[in-house]
Amino acid sequence: MSSTLSESDSKDLLARHGIPFAPEEMVTTPEDAVAAANRLGLPVVAKLCGNNISHKTERGLVRLGLNSEADVRTATGELLDAARPDDGVSGVLIAPMISGTRELIAGIATDPQFGPTVLLGVGGVLAEAVQDVSVRLVPLSDLDAREMIEDLDSQALLGEFRGEPAVDVEALTAVLTGLSAAAEAGHEGHAIASADLNPVIIHRGEPVAVDALVELGPLPEQGEQDEVQP
Amino acid sequence: MNQRPSAQPLDRSRTHSAAHFSALFEPRGVVVAGASTHPGKFGFVSLHNILSCGYSGRVFATNRDGSEVLGIQCLESVAELPEGEVDLMFVCTPKATVPDLLRQAASRGVRAAFLTTAGYGESGPAGLQDERDLVALAEELDILLVGPNGQGVVSTPASLCAQIVAPYPPSGSIGVASQSGNFVSSFLNWSCATGVGISRAVSAGNAAATTVGDLLDYFSTDDATAVALAYLEGIEDGRAVAGSFERVAAQMPLVVLKGGATSGGANAAASHTGALATDDRAFDGMCAQTGATRAATVSEAFEAAATFATQPLPTGNRVVVMTTAGGWGVVTADAITRHRDLELLALPEDLREAIDDHLPPRWSRNNPVDLAGGETRDTIPDVLQLIAQHPEVDAIIHLGLGIQANQARMLRTGGFYGDEGHDPHGIQRIVAYHERQDARFAVAAAEISAATGKPILTATELAVAFPENPGPAAVREAGRLCYASADQAVTALGHLVRRARYLRRRTGA
Repeated sequence: MSSTLSESDSKDLLARHGIPFAPEEMVTTPEDAVAAANRLGLPVVAKLCGNNISHKTERGLVRLGLNSEADVRTATGELLDAARPDDGVSGVLIAPMISGTRELIAGIATDPQFGPTVLLGVGGVLAEAVQDVSVRLVPLSDLDAREMIEDLDSQALLGEFRGEPAVDVEALTAVLTGLSAAAEAGHEGHAIASADLNPVIIHRGEPVAVDALVELGPLPEQGEQDEVQP
Repeated sequence: MNQRPSAQPLDRSRTHSAAHFSALFEPRGVVVAGASTHPGKFGFVSLHNILSCGYSGRVFATNRDGSEVLGIQCLESVAELPEGEVDLMFVCTPKATVPDLLRQAASRGVRAAFLTTAGYGESGPAGLQDERDLVALAEELDILLVGPNGQGVVSTPASLCAQIVAPYPPSGSIGVASQSGNFVSSFLNWSCATGVGISRAVSAGNAAATTVGDLLDYFSTDDATAVALAYLEGIEDGRAVAGSFERVAAQMPLVVLKGGATSGGANAAASHTGALATDDRAFDGMCAQTGATRAATVSEAFEAAATFATQPLPTGNRVVVMTTAGGWGVVTADAITRHRDLELLALPEDLREAIDDHLPPRWSRNNPVDLAGGETRDTIPDVLQLIAQHPEVDAIIHLGLGIQANQARMLRTGGFYGDEGHDPHGIQRIVAYHERQDARFAVAAAEISAATGKPILTATELAVAFPENPGPAAVREAGRLCYASADQAVTALGHLVRRARYLRRRTGA
């Protein structure tokens, strides 16, 4: 059995490999959410966070562009009410609204033939429609990562764009090699079956991951036991 | 990673040594087991092909009744072979006979066996078990086993055509390893069509003991092979394939065509990444990381391999188009501009001035270099030389070869040519001149390319429309590929540029 980590735990794991995330705070009440929003600066994003929540956007569990204390309080209350018993909810994440017109997706996937791979794609939440994607096998060298970025068809999106500076290729390279390092290291004996950084927003030229979802593979010993048990 | 029984590593040092591969590709003698008197049977065709393509070692054959086939007196059993004279056994007998054949062959010193025999892993679970037993037996007997269910092996340095299908290709430096016999035939047919030759070609069949990766590994150490060309499908152990690609591509260009490129995502369950990371994209990435050249079609794969085999690697990506007529040059320049790895060089001022000295002012004075019909006897070689020797130029696409010789062909055959000693319309001298000139331009392109170390790719549809045209014919005689279109030349050049960049970035070469 594979299992997913909560958004917060996913970010902690990947941040240890150098993936840049926006600052955020976990809260469990609307009042704490308002205090966190004031520390981080409005506007903010509120997201329900739990071990077993994988498709937050599809379930309406992400509230963007909260501009006032009242909005933050209301959104947080609604998110906590929307939690299902099996979501494994640990609270609501409050994060500053990261702005940028360009979004990417990056992550780890396990290929049945080739094992762990790292992926980079254009479009963030639209990536599956855009289909401008490049993949490499783990482990990635810096050069592999730079060539992955070159491989994308939408090169114009990576240069200076609508008044924003060009994408920091060094920083984006570090995201990809960081994912490779995370895939090699695994987590507490588990392999990382998959990881999504979706979206990675290009904020003033710098890649910032604003969401993360890590899916762990089974422990190797358990995998072997599964096979011998009837 | 998933372990499959057949993916477990064999003791390669034992049955896949250089000596074993030399038994396969340079055998002192060959025996066809199961020779047939029926010209429709594998056991007839394979013996015929071995005898008719110039193999100089001893040829033996066996069949049950010891009859004569194609002048060869068959033995009734492989056990009757003289000791130590036969290195390769080519098997055309049914499955049940194979274990005894292998044992007898081993006792006579045979080190390699190619099996056309079917009914193994391709036929279901029982066949798969037989296949595993076969592999274990070959290992025990110290025999390099290729197949089963394969089409054959070709080795031009030994003039060996041990296969159940045509053709036998011209000799050259491309080594072919394929999981599908049909693709071996396709690549060999392209070799015959273009004149760019083959060193070794093997259809791996079920690849029970000898995989495409094993064959590629051998090619990378083979003095007769300079370029590896592979067809793959249904990869089981991707990391093993990646390892093989990395070792081979470090030694020589490796061109890969892969079937089954369109299946779904890696693990679509929880992650968007998994849905996007299809196995085709993973394969693409693996090729990019290992330096392998991936081609999209059979002809693209062959032409990429043929280009690696016959052109120098460029040091950069700046291309000049030289043409004798306008439209071709414009469209080719467009194709180069669209190609993400190539750059259409803005013609340097000093090169423009140098070309001015050789042409009337109506030439294009830009890239494409369009001579616009302003050339005289020596203009084409002179201008090609000027372009190729310019330090900012990395590669040339050469268009317009053979036009005059094509008209010469019509003059020759149109009814006004006359005959020897009789030239009523003064045609013969001009025909000879045009034919000589087009042949000369082709030779010049090859010589200038060799002298400057820069690729010069000549493209004209005359290569397929009228292959005997002295222009394309001279390209072939110079050992090079005459591309049937400029687009094909641009695609092939793109593959050269990518590999050159890969090597430059990784090794500084």
